[in-house]
Amino acid sequence: MPTNNYLPHLDGYVDNEGPKIVTSRFNDPNNYKISNYKASGGYQALESALDISPDAVAAEIKDAILLGRGGAGFPAGLKWGFLPDVYPRYLVVNGDESEPGTYKDRLLMEHDPHQLIEGCLITCYALGIETCFLYVRGEMALAQERLAQALNDAYAQGYIGKNIYGTDVGIDIVLHWGAGAYIVGEETALIESLEGNRGMPRLKPPFFPAVKGVYMKPTIVNNVETLSNVPWIVTNGADKYKEFGSEASPGSRMLAISGHVNRPGVYEVEQGEVTFRELFYGDNYCQGIRNDGDVKMFIPGGGSAPWFFEEQLDLPLEAKAVGAAGSMLGSGAIVVMDQTTDAVKACLRVVRFFARESCGKCTPCREGTSWEEKILQRILDGAGRPEDLDLLLDVGSQISPGDYPKAAWEAEGLEAVPFPPKQTTICPLGPSSVAPITSALRRFRPEFEAKIAAGRTTVGASS
Amino acid sequence: MSRLTSAAVIEAEEIIARYPRKKSALIPLLHLAQAQDGYVADDAMEHIAELLDITPVEVLGTCSFYEMFKREPVGKYLVNICTNISCQLMGGEELLHHAEKTLGIKSGGTTEDGMFTIEDVECIAACTEAPCMQVNYRYAGRLDEVRFDKIVSEIREGKLAIPAHGNLGDVKQHIPQERESGIKPPEQTEAPAWFVRRMSESESEVTINANK
Ligand SMILES: Cc1cc2nc3c(=O)[nH]c(=O)nc-3n(C[C@H](O)[C@H](O)[C@H](O)COP(=O)(O)O)c2cc1C
Ligand code: SF4
Ligand code: FES
Repeated sequence: MPTNNYLPHLDGYVDNEGPKIVTSRFNDPNNYKISNYKASGGYQALESALDISPDAVAAEIKDAILLGRGGAGFPAGLKWGFLPDVYPRYLVVNGDESEPGTYKDRLLMEHDPHQLIEGCLITCYALGIETCFLYVRGEMALAQERLAQALNDAYAQGYIGKNIYGTDVGIDIVLHWGAGAYIVGEETALIESLEGNRGMPRLKPPFFPAVKGVYMKPTIVNNVETLSNVPWIVTNGADKYKEFGSEASPGSRMLAISGHVNRPGVYEVEQGEVTFRELFYGDNYCQGIRNDGDVKMFIPGGGSAPWFFEEQLDLPLEAKAVGAAGSMLGSGAIVVMDQTTDAVKACLRVVRFFARESCGKCTPCREGTSWEEKILQRILDGAGRPEDLDLLLDVGSQISPGDYPKAAWEAEGLEAVPFPPKQTTICPLGPSSVAPITSALRRFRPEFEAKIAAGRTTVGASS
Repeated sequence: MSRLTSAAVIEAEEIIARYPRKKSALIPLLHLAQAQDGYVADDAMEHIAELLDITPVEVLGTCSFYEMFKREPVGKYLVNICTNISCQLMGGEELLHHAEKTLGIKSGGTTEDGMFTIEDVECIAACTEAPCMQVNYRYAGRLDEVRFDKIVSEIREGKLAIPAHGNLGDVKQHIPQERESGIKPPEQTEAPAWFVRRMSESESEVTINANK
């Protein structure tokens, strides 16, 4: 038995009484046990997948337009199609969830480990993969134990390993775990880490995982939530899946809404059916801003996403609409900030995260993020200089050059910051640090200026 | 301090056997060393290098990249307080300061009795339950000063049996030999026989719901 519940179990899941795809078993507290999972139809999707050909399974997932839930939103079926006819192929499950505000893969691993395992098995079957590595974030002790137990039970009962369901199909799943480094969530860094190295991203091209991944062999990296959708799609079919959500983004998403709302939590929400406003204020969702306050800004998709403001409240929660408005739904992490929030402080906190987590491989990111942090810190501490705001933007443009961010800032009346940004770096971590700065500065420049001015008065007075 | 015990070596060998390349077992083995001693000792790193046929400096190179690995002893209980954005908004920094005051140490420090180490950490994926923390990677959320103090005193009184730092749990993966299909090394370049056969038999019009 998992023995990690020394403290009262911490669980942010809220049942909003809407349609459920990946959280359909979350109301059973013992669902992580194989007996309960099987009693509610578990492992039947695998059985029916084994009855049809691998390419038909892959075609169904492609038809369902299952968008990746790890951040980039790339359709899983298309990605699978990039595999060259080379073997062995590997599947790597990305369970390294550590984007600020993101909190859903951990719940899926803790509450429904078998659903994830079943999704992995079906994916391996569809792609001719015999070995899957399940990479879980090191700090998630309970998730590791639940998955270890689930894998042991599924091996013992013949769902994993040799002769699955008595057929000739053989697939192994190896549980692997990390040791604390945000950057390892980036797929090529994840692969480096899985090979026992420092978790530093590889350059793409040539190291696209689908072509040259683990041990330089074709590798599919998919997020935990992405793969957790697979059994449902196989059981119910792509057409049924597409009845949920919008045309471009079918199905649901797990969204973690944190910050200044009355009922923060992790909700499964149909894509495109709900707006940010309904999510923040609706009775079935977050029930309003604390103390009856107003939204000052919100992050729609994790620390790397450009911020949104009140005028974006009526956008539907759907990748295309959010992308067109200049940000991203990313990893499904929504952070709501009310009027009492200090924009400089919030901006600094997100930037500091990137400065701390830069792997150090590229100079613009390694040096630039810590410059950004230092400048913001001194503005907050009342030691800012009038030229600091331009300096911040200049440092930002060394990390993501071109129109973004400086020219975009200078061009008055610009609706949205171009996104995704260009980069001088190997991976998008460095450029991500620029998003909070341009967001905060575009909107709240007077707050920054006031802090700088107040600081200078104080300095003047005391000298 | 020490090399891996013989029990840990048996576990290490089981882990190593699961990977096509020995070095892939490095991070799991470093966790084993940390579970044994509470931190990753130099001797343990040398021992791991021997087990994996790599150099000690390669072990150190990987070890030093990851935050969870401590190369010096820390407190028996590692108190990781999240101050990232969602927690900051809900008082994470105040909680950190309160913890520092209560325990009489700064973030990164260890109490004199060796019981507690505090760290100011990045998002631990419990953002909706802010402000939150982990004690030896077990969660507590929606904290305030009173709840924090209660957890600390319950740990001191032995009422909360959280395992010592390094132990991430007792349930481990075991692949029974007779059930393992055969983890594929990169050298084995032929497509799985079942895949080849099923793909050649496949009729493209088959769809998932054809049998429903
Ligand atoms: C800095 C950085 C951090 C990332 N962290 C994660 C993560 O924690 N979990 C995740 O699934 N994807 C993460 N990604 C995205 C992965 O690189 C990859 O796109 C994803 O795992 C693919 O799975 P999907 O297509 O199913 O979404 C990150 C990307 C970057 C650039
Ligand atoms: S952008 Fe930053 S995190 Fe990404 S590879 Fe370069 S230094 Fe590392
Ligand atoms: S921000 Fe604190 S747990 Fe995510």
